[in-house]
Amino acid sequence: MAKNTIKKDSGFGVAQLILMISIAILVIFVAWPVLLILFNAFFVEGKFNSIDFYNVLTEPETFQALKNSFVIACMTTVGSVIVGTFFAWLVTRTDLPYKTFMKSLFLVPFMLPSFIGALAWKMLLSPHSGYINKMWMDLFNTTEPLFNIYSYAGIALVEVMYLFPFVFIQVCGALERMDPTLEESARISGAGLLTITRKITIPLVMPSIMSGALLIMLYSMAHFGTVAVLGIEQGIYNIPTLIYEKIHQSAGSFASIRTGTVLATVLIASAALIIWTQQKILSKGHYQIIGGKSFRPMELKLRGLRYPLLFFCLAYIGFTIVLPTVVIFLVGGVQTYGLSILDPNNLSLDNYKYILFEYDVTRDAIWNSVTLGLAAAFITMFAGVMISYVIVKMKVRGKGILEFLGMLPFSVPGSVIALGVILAWSGAYGINIYNTVWIILVSYIARYMAFSLKANSAALEQVHDSLMEASRSCGASMWQSLKDIVIPLVKPGMISAFFLIFLPALRELTVSIMLYAPTTRTIGVAIYTLNEDGETVMSTALAGIALILIVLGQMLINHLTKKASE
Amino acid sequence: MSYIRLINVTKKFGDVTAVDNLNIEIGKGECFSMLGPSGCGKTTTLRMVAGFEDLSDGEVWVGDRLLSSPKKRHYTPPEHRNFGMVFQAFAVWPHMNIYENVAFPLRLRNLPSAEIDKRTKDALTSTNLLKYADQSPADLSGGGKQRVALARALAINPDVMLLDEPLSSLDPHLREEMRFEIKDLQRKYGFSIIYVTHDQSEAMALSDRIMVMKLGVMQQIAAPLDIYNNPVNKFVFSFIGVSNFTDMEWRNGQAHIKGASNALPNGIIIPDKVKGEEIFNLASRPTEITFTSSTDPNGVQGVVLRKSFLGEIIDYLVQVGDQEIRVQTGRRDLGPAIGEVCYLNFMRPFWYRVDE
Repeated sequence: MAKNTIKKDSGFGVAQLILMISIAILVIFVAWPVLLILFNAFFVEGKFNSIDFYNVLTEPETFQALKNSFVIACMTTVGSVIVGTFFAWLVTRTDLPYKTFMKSLFLVPFMLPSFIGALAWKMLLSPHSGYINKMWMDLFNTTEPLFNIYSYAGIALVEVMYLFPFVFIQVCGALERMDPTLEESARISGAGLLTITRKITIPLVMPSIMSGALLIMLYSMAHFGTVAVLGIEQGIYNIPTLIYEKIHQSAGSFASIRTGTVLATVLIASAALIIWTQQKILSKGHYQIIGGKSFRPMELKLRGLRYPLLFFCLAYIGFTIVLPTVVIFLVGGVQTYGLSILDPNNLSLDNYKYILFEYDVTRDAIWNSVTLGLAAAFITMFAGVMISYVIVKMKVRGKGILEFLGMLPFSVPGSVIALGVILAWSGAYGINIYNTVWIILVSYIARYMAFSLKANSAALEQVHDSLMEASRSCGASMWQSLKDIVIPLVKPGMISAFFLIFLPALRELTVSIMLYAPTTRTIGVAIYTLNEDGETVMSTALAGIALILIVLGQMLINHLTKKASE
Repeated sequence: MSYIRLINVTKKFGDVTAVDNLNIEIGKGECFSMLGPSGCGKTTTLRMVAGFEDLSDGEVWVGDRLLSSPKKRHYTPPEHRNFGMVFQAFAVWPHMNIYENVAFPLRLRNLPSAEIDKRTKDALTSTNLLKYADQSPADLSGGGKQRVALARALAINPDVMLLDEPLSSLDPHLREEMRFEIKDLQRKYGFSIIYVTHDQSEAMALSDRIMVMKLGVMQQIAAPLDIYNNPVNKFVFSFIGVSNFTDMEWRNGQAHIKGASNALPNGIIIPDKVKGEEIFNLASRPTEITFTSSTDPNGVQGVVLRKSFLGEIIDYLVQVGDQEIRVQTGRRDLGPAIGEVCYLNFMRPFWYRVDE
């Protein structure tokens, strides 16, 4: 009897095997590359050298990039909080007409990759050739452009346009779930709407606002696309664009790798700090504000402002979404960049036909992105299910290590992963897959592991242990219970993980730009490099195709998730 | 004497009439309960008094103040009504400590700070919360949170206190305790209470008068004992306490329990209103039926189907004809066994038409 128990506890069974595999996956794909970055940043010729780290950090170029990343991230965050909170309040707490429809409209910016948005804004507002600026200068006979998008403000504005939904979603959720009687009791106590908003509503949704803000902060600091499209021309570099510049132009010299790793280390540290703060805020300030009875929360009557505000919302969407999209499709249709896009004679579908069927670069790019996305989604989905299962459900010794490793993917930004993957897989450790698609696949798996872990562990937490126990007590083996009980119940989580990976992978730029070779461009890389090479029209046409793919993919998700929830 | 007046109050949500032409007068210092199943319109009525819902028609008055009247285009917003209100889900603000929660309504009234402090402490003392003043509401249990909500409502010394199922989030033991606390506070402060509940015993224990509502329509307004002794219809009868409704039929001019071979004894008086009916109902409460001997001229013969011992009482199910009747007695030792023939004595039968 006693022997039996001992055997069960210390034997090397299936559970340990799964744990080992899970740890191995996270170590190989995430932890090891990150460790290599830290090692390269702090060790010179095998010796710890923090002075050199400091020296690299204070080089004017590096320091400026750090400052830029920080300034742009702050501006973007403040802007997004204002825009996101205002629209969230408008669609949840006022009698704005067509509120539900407007709410879904405000989520559309999520679909537009910000570097494609940046590309459109470049065409609209570049100081001398931007359509709007040209029109402005012609109209008022001036040489001063209306707005120069190649600036900090321009970069931050474009980022706000496409990132504010992070705040919007969080605040909408909080305002909708919040118990209306919290506000009603303030009202019956004698508080007017303004006082309630100031003293009750805003303090209560503050944790949600902060958590959305930090998410944007993290995203913006490590964001490549917008700054690359709008900043490089004016010499505005942030951390990811400088890492890219260093790696790309000096072809992997030691000094540039070192600068890259030092910058990446700063990104890792800031990401860790941001995530830590976010968790602190969420755990400390996470009030139980979800109510019992569901009476509609009170709505501010906008009265005369109802339609003007509706018009303002529509104008905002029109200006930030419709206008750039239209410009993308129109410019993608002209024969040569510079011809008027308003003249139907200049427009045709020839470019689209060309890049889809004849032009090798774009054809390859679409093929690469689709296959890479599918492969990364499949592998990461299954790896994520296994790892989350160990973390959420299994009681096995050594799980703590896995829980710690499982946190890592959440705090490692894309450009860090790309750099780490270069260090790890370029032959220094026996395997050289640099310049092949495999290195991109490896980095996608590392980059999107966080999404998969999140979706799958959320799904697994819904499956109560007793369901599995009930099945075991009916005589099913562990594998049988997994197959017949657990897997069917977590299937929605797996499907959503799949698409959460596939869709962003389709438009990925930050990682692939650091890893591509001439034949392994992805859609994002192709759009970016074609634009750099002056092939504006081809680049824009490909961006148009990418937008169509993204919208179709999103529609497919919506269809599938609706079906799954029925 | 009447202080709060609801005159022809009606609320429509689209085509649905949630509250239909309600007329209520509530006295100063009275505790008035609105009782009914969910969806009967009681909460909507309370929210109209509070000012959270517009009226579709009618008027709400408190004293000589008109609060709502769509016809006269008059509406006083909730923040100007000077009411206290306590909600089911406590609605205690989690980002303020207990003292600040209670002081909040006073601060809004721009009182001198010494007065705010005094009245806050008074309200906290009345609800036994003074020693928790600096703590966060999150540290309190459900009952404690509800005390904070009560103290907050008391602080402004309101004339009217609106209570929206304030006890239904609490566990049964606490519920009883809080019931008495509310009653004590009312005696001390003298406010009128409008109390919404679906729990009849809560309404009975607290109220001076009870209104029973069904589908937006007032069924009966009466004092607790009155409503228990003289329910005006089947709905009120069934909503106040446990009830049997037994189908009856006329055969050969005599009243029979449906399917029973023996007629009801002549000693049981049946009112005229059911005389013309083919089928009518005998309504009874299980605790108001006793077992009697076969010699009792008013005994109704039946057979015991089920007998369960519930501690203080024994619960029987007795078949008479094809009807089943629940009987509850406190006598543990006596009483028939399962399958035994027994005789029932209806102490206080009520008679209703089927459609009543």
